[in-house]
Amino acid sequence: MKFLRMRPGYGEQLIAEGDVEVAEDEERLVEEFRSQLEQGMWAAVPVKTEAGRREAEMVRAFEDIPRTTDRVIFFPRAAGGAA
Amino acid sequence: MTPALAATAIVVLALLWEVLHPWAARKLEILRANRARRAEGDGLPGYDPGRERRAEQRARELLKSCVNEEEWAMYRDLGFIRVWGGESGAAGDDVLARDLRGVPYAYLVYPHKPIVAYLPQTGQLLNEYCVEFPDESRPFGSPRLPDSDDVLAKWMALNGDERRLIAEANLHLPGRQIDPRQVQRDIWRLGRWERERLERRASAGQDGPRGVTQ
Repeated sequence: MKFLRMRPGYGEQLIAEGDVEVAEDEERLVEEFRSQLEQGMWAAVPVKTEAGRREAEMVRAFEDIPRTTDRVIFFPRAAGGAA
Repeated sequence: MTPALAATAIVVLALLWEVLHPWAARKLEILRANRARRAEGDGLPGYDPGRERRAEQRARELLKSCVNEEEWAMYRDLGFIRVWGGESGAAGDDVLARDLRGVPYAYLVYPHKPIVAYLPQTGQLLNEYCVEFPDESRPFGSPRLPDSDDVLAKWMALNGDERRLIAEANLHLPGRQIDPRQVQRDIWRLGRWERERLERRASAGQDGPRGVTQ
């Protein structure tokens, strides 16, 4: 599982990677997930429906991430703006 | 005679030195500064003019890998994505969904512009939702995501939790920031784009494997 973070002036950055079936990796991913949320990020998981349609799920806890997903994308939380 | 000429020449040289010395010193200083700037890599320190372009390229690849093929083609060809409303399963209590009583609605998602809600059946514009995704860590001096990342963030948030995104946005009537004539034109372009796409697909089906595919 890869954690990607959108960055201004950069595009996405790989911030963590690991196998959720390996306890040590999972612990590291959990820590990173919490850290990103504490920094004000939102997390989304790209998913594919049974009909083959691509969608996204917003996740608020590590436990909500489907175990089979290969990437979680973090992006700054939405704020009402002028644009 | 000769000593008089020599004395005059010395005086002239001394006067020229007095006049030209400050000018020469200034020129020398500019020359040294330019050389030092070139040695440091020219322009602003640490500024890379290709960075934004590379960031946008990376963002486009990520967007393409996440959205549906039709949505990617829409963004590539038209510069925006249409996202249907009320499909995230979280819009049940949303004011917009409730007021429309089951009438299908959709959003036009532009990069770094408000999200525009409208009725696809009539083309009526409903609202503008002004929303940003500012990264206050400002790793490269600006909090703005690349254009395609901004579109992807809106797409994921609308898909995954429409109500949450709409709740965070500033709600305005249509026309506050985007000219309604431009949105109407985009809706018309989208309709034409979809028709042409369907026709191409239909003719590709008739032509079999020789047909054009997208």
